[in-house]
Amino acid sequence: MSGLGGYALALGQAGLCLALAPGLIGLIRWLKARMQNRRGAPVWQPYLELRKLFAKEVVVSTNTSWLFRLAPYVVFTSALAVTVLLPILAVPLPLDGVGDLLVVVYLLLLGTFFLALAGLDPGSPFGGMGSSREMTVAALAEPTIAMAMFALALGAGSTNLGQIVARALERPAEAVSPGYLLAFTALFIVTLAETGRLPVDNPATHLELTMIHEAMVLEYSGRYLALIEWAAALKLLIFFSLLANLFVPWGVTASPGAGALLLAALIYAAKLAVLAAVVAVFETRVAKLRLFRVPELLSVSFVLALLAITASFLSR
Amino acid sequence: MVAAYGAGAAGALLAGAGRAARVLSAAGAMVGAGAGLLLGLHALAGGAVWALGVPDVVSVAGGLLFRLDALGALFLVLVSMVAAPAALYGVGYSAAYEGRYSLRWLGAMLNLFLLATSLVPLADNVVTFLLTWEAMSVASYFLVLTERDRPETVGAANWYLGMTQVGLAFLLASFLGLGAESPALDFADLRGAAAGLSDAGRGVVFALALVGFGSKAGLIPLHVWLPRAHPAAPSHVSALLSGVMIKLGIYGLLRVGLDLLGGGPPWWGMLLIVLGAGSAVLGVLYALMEDDIKRLLAYSSVENMGIITLGVGAAFLFQSLAMPRAAALALAAALYHVLNHAAFKGLLFLGAGSVLHATGTRNMNRHGGLIHRMRWTGPCFLVGAVAIAGLPPLNGFFSEWLLFQALLPGIGVASPLIAVLMVLALGMLALTAGLAAAAFVKCFGITFLAIPRSDAAAAAHEAPVSMRAGMVALAVACAGLAAGALPVLATTGAVAAGLFGLATEPPAFRLWLAFQTPAGLARMSPPAIVVGLLGGLALVWLAVRAFASRRPLRWADTWGCGRVEQTPRMEYTATAYAEPLRRIFSAVYRPTEDVTVDHHPESRYFVQSIAYRASILPWFERYLYEPVLARVRRWGRRAQSVQSGSVHAYLAYVVVALVLLLGVLLATGAP
Repeated sequence: MSGLGGYALALGQAGLCLALAPGLIGLIRWLKARMQNRRGAPVWQPYLELRKLFAKEVVVSTNTSWLFRLAPYVVFTSALAVTVLLPILAVPLPLDGVGDLLVVVYLLLLGTFFLALAGLDPGSPFGGMGSSREMTVAALAEPTIAMAMFALALGAGSTNLGQIVARALERPAEAVSPGYLLAFTALFIVTLAETGRLPVDNPATHLELTMIHEAMVLEYSGRYLALIEWAAALKLLIFFSLLANLFVPWGVTASPGAGALLLAALIYAAKLAVLAAVVAVFETRVAKLRLFRVPELLSVSFVLALLAITASFLSR
Repeated sequence: MVAAYGAGAAGALLAGAGRAARVLSAAGAMVGAGAGLLLGLHALAGGAVWALGVPDVVSVAGGLLFRLDALGALFLVLVSMVAAPAALYGVGYSAAYEGRYSLRWLGAMLNLFLLATSLVPLADNVVTFLLTWEAMSVASYFLVLTERDRPETVGAANWYLGMTQVGLAFLLASFLGLGAESPALDFADLRGAAAGLSDAGRGVVFALALVGFGSKAGLIPLHVWLPRAHPAAPSHVSALLSGVMIKLGIYGLLRVGLDLLGGGPPWWGMLLIVLGAGSAVLGVLYALMEDDIKRLLAYSSVENMGIITLGVGAAFLFQSLAMPRAAALALAAALYHVLNHAAFKGLLFLGAGSVLHATGTRNMNRHGGLIHRMRWTGPCFLVGAVAIAGLPPLNGFFSEWLLFQALLPGIGVASPLIAVLMVLALGMLALTAGLAAAAFVKCFGITFLAIPRSDAAAAAHEAPVSMRAGMVALAVACAGLAAGALPVLATTGAVAAGLFGLATEPPAFRLWLAFQTPAGLARMSPPAIVVGLLGGLALVWLAVRAFASRRPLRWADTWGCGRVEQTPRMEYTATAYAEPLRRIFSAVYRPTEDVTVDHHPESRYFVQSIAYRASILPWFERYLYEPVLARVRRWGRRAQSVQSGSVHAYLAYVVVALVLLLGVLLATGAP
């Protein structure tokens, strides 16, 4: 699909991601609460929180510089830029040629880079701790994401996400090869690490010694915190979308009409809900790993990703 | 160009020790660099090959011969691009040397160094190449030795001199081997001679050249001089060493390996890939552990030279597998990264120099909060850090993207060994990128953010105008190399295509809005990413401004669990920042830690003081160089007995040598 309609659809997809992301966080929280015999906040609670934060006054540490105030915008923009490139409802879209999977990976790393710098800026020990840990996890997770997605790219003959999905739709038999399953597992582990979920980080805790992401953003408030929380939700949605649409592409339409797009949107929402349920069950069942056991988990997923690539060229 | 550098050197010598020497030498260097830049760009644009012969000088060996082709022109542009800002920066930076060190000598050597460095890529016969190469090495040795009253500077300079001379010996051997069959000294003749060599002979020539050029390029394990010499030199010289000089090692490798020898069997490329991947990962791992800002940057140069070598190795490999278009892409990407690294590493060294100028220390643990007082250096350094971490929308990302794409076709190669090597190389490249991001968050964050950790950092001042101008120029160069990624890649692509005998403008490099790799594997549009990110940032800012609360910011203390006052001792330090990674990679670092705790005499529960000492094992020095150095010293002591000081003994040596020589001549039947 090309022309103005294609660009409108790409931007519409980004808007859809933006709108769904807080709801995804709310859904996971609600499911977790139900499984732990709590009533839980409603699914739309994160939207209310964002509205509240945007309306609030901003308190900024006197130690901070302009970088601290710039970082939330960079973090949010880089996550938003990724959503423009993702195959969500229809493929291939005209913006697919702007960036491929490496651009996606490095845009996310750009956000992490600025967030880690902002964590250091107030000079608090918590921020430094979170920043140091976040970069450690990111440095180890980043090669795994790249390798897992390369495994798919080699099968599809392109590193552009839209092309990968389009190829998988054409030839569905290849989509359930051992290489795909290995790559899926690797990417799933990294998703948990990169988005600060259990067993790597605990999104619900404010106990300083155990947290990573929350420690970094401790000094943020008001609209800055709203941007960062929204970007974190977007990041979760981005990883879920990669898992859902790269590995299970059915539902993504190649011939967009109004009805087909509506159906695609419904299937997409259903896939996100399934992944949310999986993560909620997972987070209810496992305990947090010690920080220095995390690299072992990540190296397992790195090896899985390497095996996935090897499998993809053995099966040629 | 020659005249301008010469005038700069002469001006520095004549003008004495004051401000005039600084300005004159920099002016000469800048005019020279400008001329070099114009010449190089002209040659790249027109493709005109320009040649100059000076047969009268050293006529025994064929005279001096210069020729400017596309490959040489690209490196000439590279030299000039960093030389001009660095020279400008030097005006302000060397002011602190007035009265302490010889400014005449510094200015003259700087110009001589730049002249020699600009002439290396132009050399067209062996004697010219070796002369300019050696002039570059010796001039840079004296530049490293500028702060000569510090013992660590002298040590660093000695390491550097030793490594560079060993490298030169290997180069001599390599060129001798190249001309062994049919004695020839012009590069044009050597191309013919190389075709007549046996496979084993070509392999030996390549291996010798690899050691010689690899020691200049700082490939592990030949890198040991680099983290010593680069920090010891004045900062604008460090920028030139790291940004420019080590790149000429890559130039030499390309000139000898691809141009003269015309490529070789697959093991050449595989060896380069292994060396490159190893240098990249180990370089960035050591960079992470450094607390000295200039040593961190030096190790990061080792990393980036590894990345470049990886790309060059892929080019060699693809050429030997008859995949010229993949080879051209790999080489074009590597050359693009060469340009990029020169821009951002030059910028970062200048920034580190400003920090050193402002605080008097290179130890990041004693910096902090400099962003508040250094309003120009901070943003410039941030640009360099984002670029070198390989993050969009700056230039480092685009060249790394291309390198990834250049390696991907290798996985499709039929040979399983090569395919597995390529997978591992991709993994190492990705790991390097992640670790580099961590290293530069540490480097920028600990140095510039939070509150100052020492009085010197609290009293830091911004650099003078000339130093700021030098940094801004290189920051603009980084942005330009990013925004102009397409024309730059088209240029490096044409250079690469020329080396592989492809048409100079194959369709793959005729680019407009997007890169498309020759295999059709991927598309990416740098201008769209740059514009999209900046435009998106502006849009988000406007949207937040329009919809969010407009209540003004309230300034308050950093939250601290209820404690009253925040001190710099509570902050994370450079050492602490890298601690998790030191634990994770302890197999590489072999860290030793030593904690001494003094308890209060009344109770064990109160601690009076803690001393913590941590260090990592310098592998290469201990296991590779120390045995060699010990042996050299032993032989040296034995040789001392020959040097008795008696004239009679020396006369006897001359006679013995003469007789031996005559005997050899008689025995071989030479005329």
